[in-house]
Amino acid sequence: MSSTSSTANRLTRSARIARAPRPAILQNTGESLQLAADVLVLGGGPAGTWAAIAATEAGARVVLADKGYCGTSGVAATAGVGHWLVPPDVAARDAEIFPREAQGGYLTDRTWTDAVLDEAWYRTELIPGWGYRPATTPPPRLFAQPGRRSFAGTAPDYLRFLRGRTKRGGATILDHSPALELLVDDDGHVSGARGYQRQAGRPWTVTAGAVVLATGGTTWKSHSLGGDVDTGEGHLMAAEVGAHLSSMEFSNFYGMVPLGTSMDKNGFFIAASYWDHHGDPITYRNLHESRAELLAASLRGTVTATFTQFPPEARARVRAGMPNFFMVVDKLGVDPFTDRFPIDWVQEGTVRGTGGVHVLDHDAATGVPGLYAAGDIAARDRIVGSATGAGGPNLAWAVATGTWAGRAAARDATTPAAPARLTPTGTHGLRAPRATASARGGDSWRDVVGVVQGQMHPIAKAAFRDEEGLAASGSLLDERWARPERLVPAAGTGSGEAIRTREAAGMLATARWVIAAARARTESRGMHTRVDHPRTDPAQTHRLLVGGLDETWVRPDPDLPVTGPVPAGAPGPADVKEAS
Amino acid sequence: MIEVLDPVRCTSCNICVRVCPTNVFDAVEGDIPVIARHSDCQTCFQCEAWCPADAIFVSPSRTPEPDGSPLRDGEALAARNLLGLYRDRVGWRRGTTSASENLPSTDDYHVWATPLPEGAPR
Ligand SMILES: Cc1cc2nc3c(=O)[nH]c(=O)nc-3n(C[C@H](O)[C@H](O)[C@H](O)COP(=O)(O)OP(=O)(O)OC[C@H]3O[C@@H](n4cnc5c(N)ncnc54)[C@H](O)[C@@H]3O)c2cc1C
Ligand code: SF4
Ligand code: SF4
Repeated sequence: MSSTSSTANRLTRSARIARAPRPAILQNTGESLQLAADVLVLGGGPAGTWAAIAATEAGARVVLADKGYCGTSGVAATAGVGHWLVPPDVAARDAEIFPREAQGGYLTDRTWTDAVLDEAWYRTELIPGWGYRPATTPPPRLFAQPGRRSFAGTAPDYLRFLRGRTKRGGATILDHSPALELLVDDDGHVSGARGYQRQAGRPWTVTAGAVVLATGGTTWKSHSLGGDVDTGEGHLMAAEVGAHLSSMEFSNFYGMVPLGTSMDKNGFFIAASYWDHHGDPITYRNLHESRAELLAASLRGTVTATFTQFPPEARARVRAGMPNFFMVVDKLGVDPFTDRFPIDWVQEGTVRGTGGVHVLDHDAATGVPGLYAAGDIAARDRIVGSATGAGGPNLAWAVATGTWAGRAAARDATTPAAPARLTPTGTHGLRAPRATASARGGDSWRDVVGVVQGQMHPIAKAAFRDEEGLAASGSLLDERWARPERLVPAAGTGSGEAIRTREAAGMLATARWVIAAARARTESRGMHTRVDHPRTDPAQTHRLLVGGLDETWVRPDPDLPVTGPVPAGAPGPADVKEAS
Repeated sequence: MIEVLDPVRCTSCNICVRVCPTNVFDAVEGDIPVIARHSDCQTCFQCEAWCPADAIFVSPSRTPEPDGSPLRDGEALAARNLLGLYRDRVGWRRGTTSASENLPSTDDYHVWATPLPEGAPR
């Protein structure tokens, strides 16, 4: 590209994007940073950046605070992500949605799926015009089918681009600034948040007319690719102000990796060949059916894999299509097309699982005034049910709910009160009733993290569940929850230590909701395998809502799934009607 | 996990300090950054992509490389041109050498790598 054309390109790009007004600086000293905005977005992955972009498009003053660096942080930034795009055409939608309803255990709601696909379709169409030019990917190819379009957000370009687009829209980005708790006004309206800037070493406070939670799912720090930043404190913050969750039993998707690595890019594993530790072949039918078989084989010994599906002439393209995966195997000296290489698994929790904060409508509202949720933190059960949203639906969900939340937050933002008039809402990990100096636990957050990981990570416990094991995990977690003073940061709520204690509290809270929901679903469905209830129970074809802090609760979602015709014999809403 | 920050190549630009999502590095006044919190590394390879000096090597292992591992030997890795490999592969290195390993991708691999369900229109 000549310098003239790139200058012209830059000019048209900046001319096209209107800049929203800047947030106001209330205080900016060595002691603290205080800003006032209309919309505060917590988390800067795809959901957070799309939310911030939508809010600035509506003219709102926006602050986006990320725990890490917006542009590298989160799962999508480092994984590279395809988006599920289906044109707004009835036949095309039916062809895509029907099979996914079966995979999702008929828990889905196609009115939601349609709305998500509509939004993702129109929003992603804007990206090329915004100047997205990834280093290794020319504009996405058009599919042979007329009217089809695809969009691959390559790593690490896509999130770097979304960061730039967010800033060009006028949002202020705070990096290395994890949120620790929400602030509410006297009416209980969520009016901002506070956190800690770990590199600047000072607390931050942002008052805002509305807050969008986009802090990702949680993997309980399994070292999956890019996942350790997502530790569930966003879910806890939502629950502390009265939000509840949904489908937390579907929180146990495992990503396959070359043994010992973090590289859980699974696109090419889907049609690979597998052998068990004796060298006997394992048939892998698809992502949803054969998972349990492979996971179980891994419990008996190391499984090996080869990408036999690609003929030699296809391999260069395949390598180019997933540079991060092939960088890893090249460093290990493995040729995945010809070698049988060992694999294992990393827990992907609610990232490639489904559960999260229950959003109520197409504003991604949580039901708590002033609070919205987008992306992995929001339960996407209505579009994927009991199945993973890997390979596209998750990003359609992030783009759509991010857009909805950002737009609605900008529309409904009220004028926030001054910081001093707002009440902080953080509990576990920040404050406790009997937290005398001597009762505080030093680094007992490490113990809590270890106990949570011990329940949530092992395949034997989390992929294959039974009442006895779930009850045992539940009581270990409840014991930790009952001693909140051990998670109070000795250095105070505005300190780097508070990040550790708050993360531990978020991991603990989400794990307890998982256990509660997994105990209540006394059947096997999708990724939820109960060895003591191996069959799918047609009478449980509903989603489960879950919530509560000291006392957790679970109840069926009164909003029933909305699916197409359910084939005879398949468990689905039709059977529910017969049964009741 | 990150295993090598080459002190010879490093220009102290502190980009890695800024971009690491888990805050593994600390900037040092007048010196190169230090790997201050190795155990927080999530093996995401971002620093290797962003480092403009090809000074970083992230081992694929999600646990630390043991003593004596070749994937901790900075000099040997540099000699094999493996520092900054990821930057090269994603096309962020200027004057990229290994063209065959760096083909442009024109496909959304998630769509074509997933077998369509039986009976679905192709
Ligand atoms: C290997 C892999 C490949 C994938 N491929 C695909 C794919 O091809 N297609 C698809 O649809 N989906 C895919 N997914 C899933 C997809 O990446 C996620 O659904 C998506 O990243 C969700 O976006 P998000 O913004 O909600 O969360 P994230 O991208 O995880 O971002 C969350 C952000 O919140 C920040 N944060 C966390 N806590 C706080 C806090 N307390 N305060 C402030 N900020 C905080 C984090 O730093 C992070 O930046 C893949 C997942 C994996 C693991
Ligand atoms: S990014 Fe590279 S050159 Fe810059 S400080 Fe880090 S290691 Fe050194
Ligand atoms: S690999 Fe990722 S987490 Fe580890 S040091 Fe580099 S940027 Fe940080």
